[in-house]
Amino acid sequence: MFDKSVAELSRALLSKQISAVELARIYLDRIEQHRALNAFLDVRPDVTLGQAKAADARIARGDATPLTGVPIAHKDIFVTRDFASTASSRMLQGYMSPFDATIVENLAGAGMVTLGKLNCDEFAMGSSNENSHYGNVLNPWDKNAVPGGSSGGSAAAVAARIAPAATATDTGGSIREPAAFSGVTGIKPTYGRASRWGMIAFASSLDQAGVMTCSAEDAALLFNGMLGFDPKDSTSVERAAEDYTRDLRSDVKGLRIGVPAEFFDAGLQPDVEKAVREALAEYARLGANLVDISLPNAALGIPVYYVIAPAECSSNLSRFDGIRYGHRAERYADLDDMIKKSRAEGFGPEPQRRILIGTYVLSHGYYDAYYIQAQKVRRIIADEFQQAFRACDVIAGPVTTSVAFGFGEKAADPVAMYLSDLYTIPGSLAGIPAMSLPCGFGAHNRPVGLQLMANYFEEAKLLGVAHRYQEATDWHRRMPPGI
Amino acid sequence: MNWEVVIGLETHVQLSTRSKIFSNASTQFGAPPNTQASVIDLALPGTLPVLNRGAVERAIRFGLSIGGTINTRSIFARKNYFYPDLPKGYQISQYEIPIVQGGKIPIDSPTRGQIEIQLTRAHLEEDAGKSLHEDFQGMSGIDLNRAGTPLLEIVSEPVMRSAAEAVAYAKALHKRVVEEIEICDGNMQEGSFRCDANVSVRRPGAPLGTRREIKNLNSFRFLQQAIEYEIKWQIETLEDGGKIQQATVLFDPDKGETRMMRTKEDAHDYRYFPDPDLLPVMISEEWIEQVRQSLPEKLDKQRERLLEYKIPVQQVEQLTASRSISSSALTLLKGSTDKEASLLVNWLLGPISSKLKQESIEFDQLDTKLPRDSLKTLAARVAEGSISNSAAGSIVLPAMWAGEGTADEIIEKKGLKQISDSGAIEKIIDEVIATHAQLVADYRNGKEKAFNALVGQIMKARRNANPTQVNAILKTKLR
Repeated sequence: MFDKSVAELSRALLSKQISAVELARIYLDRIEQHRALNAFLDVRPDVTLGQAKAADARIARGDATPLTGVPIAHKDIFVTRDFASTASSRMLQGYMSPFDATIVENLAGAGMVTLGKLNCDEFAMGSSNENSHYGNVLNPWDKNAVPGGSSGGSAAAVAARIAPAATATDTGGSIREPAAFSGVTGIKPTYGRASRWGMIAFASSLDQAGVMTCSAEDAALLFNGMLGFDPKDSTSVERAAEDYTRDLRSDVKGLRIGVPAEFFDAGLQPDVEKAVREALAEYARLGANLVDISLPNAALGIPVYYVIAPAECSSNLSRFDGIRYGHRAERYADLDDMIKKSRAEGFGPEPQRRILIGTYVLSHGYYDAYYIQAQKVRRIIADEFQQAFRACDVIAGPVTTSVAFGFGEKAADPVAMYLSDLYTIPGSLAGIPAMSLPCGFGAHNRPVGLQLMANYFEEAKLLGVAHRYQEATDWHRRMPPGI
Repeated sequence: MNWEVVIGLETHVQLSTRSKIFSNASTQFGAPPNTQASVIDLALPGTLPVLNRGAVERAIRFGLSIGGTINTRSIFARKNYFYPDLPKGYQISQYEIPIVQGGKIPIDSPTRGQIEIQLTRAHLEEDAGKSLHEDFQGMSGIDLNRAGTPLLEIVSEPVMRSAAEAVAYAKALHKRVVEEIEICDGNMQEGSFRCDANVSVRRPGAPLGTRREIKNLNSFRFLQQAIEYEIKWQIETLEDGGKIQQATVLFDPDKGETRMMRTKEDAHDYRYFPDPDLLPVMISEEWIEQVRQSLPEKLDKQRERLLEYKIPVQQVEQLTASRSISSSALTLLKGSTDKEASLLVNWLLGPISSKLKQESIEFDQLDTKLPRDSLKTLAARVAEGSISNSAAGSIVLPAMWAGEGTADEIIEKKGLKQISDSGAIEKIIDEVIATHAQLVADYRNGKEKAFNALVGQIMKARRNANPTQVNAILKTKLR
C-alpha cells in the first residue's frame, strides 16, 4: 500500500479496500522502521489512530472528501494542538500550541489523518536540514547526502514513502530544493494563496506553504483541500475557490516553455544540466515549444534575499524572549540578561547569524543602503518575470546547480550554502508559483529536479504541465533502494 | 534676561473600539490580568495581526475634524525593541506615512487669546502591556490586557509658549476627541488620554533650544506642574552656565519634580521597517466621504442653533457642556415654538437630568425612557393651556417615566385636562360669586387678598379650570 499515490489511496479508502486505521498503521510502522532517517520529530500513534477512526466513520457515513483517511505529515513549522511545535529549535522544545495552523485545520477538515511532525532546518533557515536542533535528516537515496532544506524532513518522508504526502514551506527554495535533492514532487503556490496563520514566521513577505508529494496530480488534490482565503491572514488573497485538478488532462501542444539563459550559467553542474535538458527535450517531443528567455537580474536574487529575509527574521524572532513561552535560561542577573541568555541558548548558529545580519541591515544609517535598495531590486526581478511571461506560458530550468551534496560539505561556509538557492530565490522574490519534479539522476545516482514556474495564480496550469511530463516519464515513480 | 518657552505635545488617545487594533480581544478596562489577551496579543508563534476597521474609521474622523489631510495610503511599520510587556518584541505603529497629516485645533490661550495650534500628524499604533513591579518580591508581573489597545498618537507642532497654553491645548483636544467626535472615552485615570511634553527654552529670536521630553502625563494638573517645573529647571540650569542634554524624563507628582529616564545616547535604534504582515492601509475617497457625513455638528454651531429658540445663554452653556446633551436637545426641539422649547429645556436640565443621573442612563438613551414625540406633545399641551405646567412637571413626566402611557393618555387618565371653555368657567364663577358675598364685598372695598381667596374657591370647585382664564373672567365680573 505504501507505494501508492494519494489519488490511489483515496480510491482504495472510498471503495473500502482498506480502512483509514489500517492505512495509518502501515505508515506508523514504516515511520518506526525508518527512524534512522530522522524525518519525524513527533509521532503520537494514539492521536493518529483517533483521527483515522474518525475518518473511517466519515467514509461510512458517506460524507468523505477525496482526502478523507489519507495520511499526511506536517513540517514542524506549522503549529498543531496535538503534536509539539518546535520549528526544529531548542527555543520551542516541547511547545504545545493552543491552536492549529489554518493549513493543518483545512486538511484535517477534509479528513486527512496526521502522522506527526517533520524535521526541518531551525525556523526554516537552511538548505540542507543540517541546522535542526534535533539532528540531520538523511537522504533516502543516499545516506551520505543531505535531503535538502529547509523542508528536509518533508522531502525525505515522501521519498522514503513513510508518508504519502507532506506539507512544507518555501521562503527562498525550501520546498523545491529538498524536493529536487530527494527526488519528489514539491510545489509552492502564489504568495497569498496559502494561509500563513499558524506558520511560525521566518520571512513574512516570502514564506508560503506548499506540499511534497509523489506526483503533480497528488499535489493538485492536496491544494484543493488546503488553499483558500483566510481572514486571519491579512496577506491572504481573496479569490474564489478553484479546482486545481482542472488542467490535469490538458495537453502541452503549442505550450511555450521559456528557458532562461541565466539558469544555465557556468555554475550549473553538467550532470544536472544533462537531466534538465533531457526533460526539456521530452516536452518538445510532447509538442511544446522551447523559447529562449532572459531574466537578467535573477542572480541578484541571492544578495536581495539575504537582506530582506534576515531583516524580517530579525524582527519575527524577537518574540522568542523566554518570557511567555519557549526556552528560558536557568541563571541570569536581570531582565536584560534573561532575554539575552535565553536567546543565546535557545537559537542555533544559523538563526543567530540571520538575526545579526537582519539587525544590521535595518539599523539607522544602513536601512536605505540595504533594505530599501533590496526592495527596489526585488521589484525589478518581479518585473522581469512579467516581461518573460509575455513570451512564454511557463518557465523551466534546473532547481539546483548540483545534486544533493554530502553532510558537512557546505556547513562551514554559509555563503556556499546560500548559493544552493540561486535558481529558486528569484521565483520566491517575485511570489509566483513554482515547483520541482524529478527528472533523472546525476552524480552518485542522486536525484535531479526540474523546476517549473508559472505566472501568478496559475497553479492549475503549472500542475497540468507537470502532470503531462509525469504521464510520459516514470522518474517520479522511482523509489530509493532498500525502502 | 527673558526666556521664550517652546512646547510641543504628543498625545496618546485610546480609541473607543470594542476590540483591539489587531485582534478581537476586548479593550474593556479593569479585567483580571491577562484575561483579555488573545493568542495574537500574547504573540504566540504563528499568529498574525488583522487591522480593526473601527480604529481606522476613528482616525479618519479625527483627521476630518481638525481639517487635516487623510492619507489614502498609509503604512504600518514595526518599531523593534525588547521589553517584557511588548510581547512581539516590536510595536506596530505608523512611521513614514501616518494616516493623518496637518490640521489644527483652536484654543483659548490665557496669554494670547484665541489661537490655533498646528498639528504635525496623527498616527495609529498599538499600546504595550503593563509591567507590575510592586506586588511581586524580586520579580515582575506582566499584564497583557492593554497590549494591542488601539491608540491614536497626535503630535502637535512646537508652538505653545507656556504651561497654561499647553494645558489649554490638551483640554481642547480632550474635548474634541471625547465630546465632539466621540472617538475616546477620555478617562485619564485609566490612561485613555496621556500626554508627553517636549519642552525647551531659548532667547527670543534664537534657534530652538535642546528639548527634554516629559513622558506619560495623565492629568491636566500634572501636565501643568511638570512643564512649569521643567521650564524653571531648564532656565536655572542655563543661567548657571549649564547645558541642557537631550533626554527623556519622568514627572514625580509626589515630589513635583522631573527626573531623568534616559539620554539621547542610550536611545534605542528602533529599526523601523514596513510590517510585512499588514498590507498598506488603503482608504477610498468614498469612505472618507461617508465618515465626513457622519461627523457631528461642531458645538459652536449647536450653540447658535439653540440660541435661535431664544433659550437663555446660561442654559445654552449648560446644554453644550456635553455633546450628547446638546445633540439630544436639538433633536427634541426640532419644530418646537419658542415657548415649547423653553419648557422642554427646563425639563431637560431639571427633572430629566436628575432622573437620568439617578438611574445612570446616558443622555442619548433618553428616548428609550421618554419617547420624543410624547415629550413634545406634553410641551405643546402646556403651551396651548390644555394642562398646567406644574401638573406636567409633577404628574405627567413621572408617569411617562414609569411607562404609564403617552402624554395624552396620562392627561386623560388622570383627568388633568384644564377647562378652558369660558362658558363652563363662567358658570362656576357665577356660583362662587353667589355663595361668597362677603369676599366679593371685601374685594370691592379694596381688599386685594379677597380676590385670591375667590380664585382659590373657584379652583377648589373645579381643579382643572385654566387659572389664567379664571383670573381674567373673575376680574371682569367683579368690575
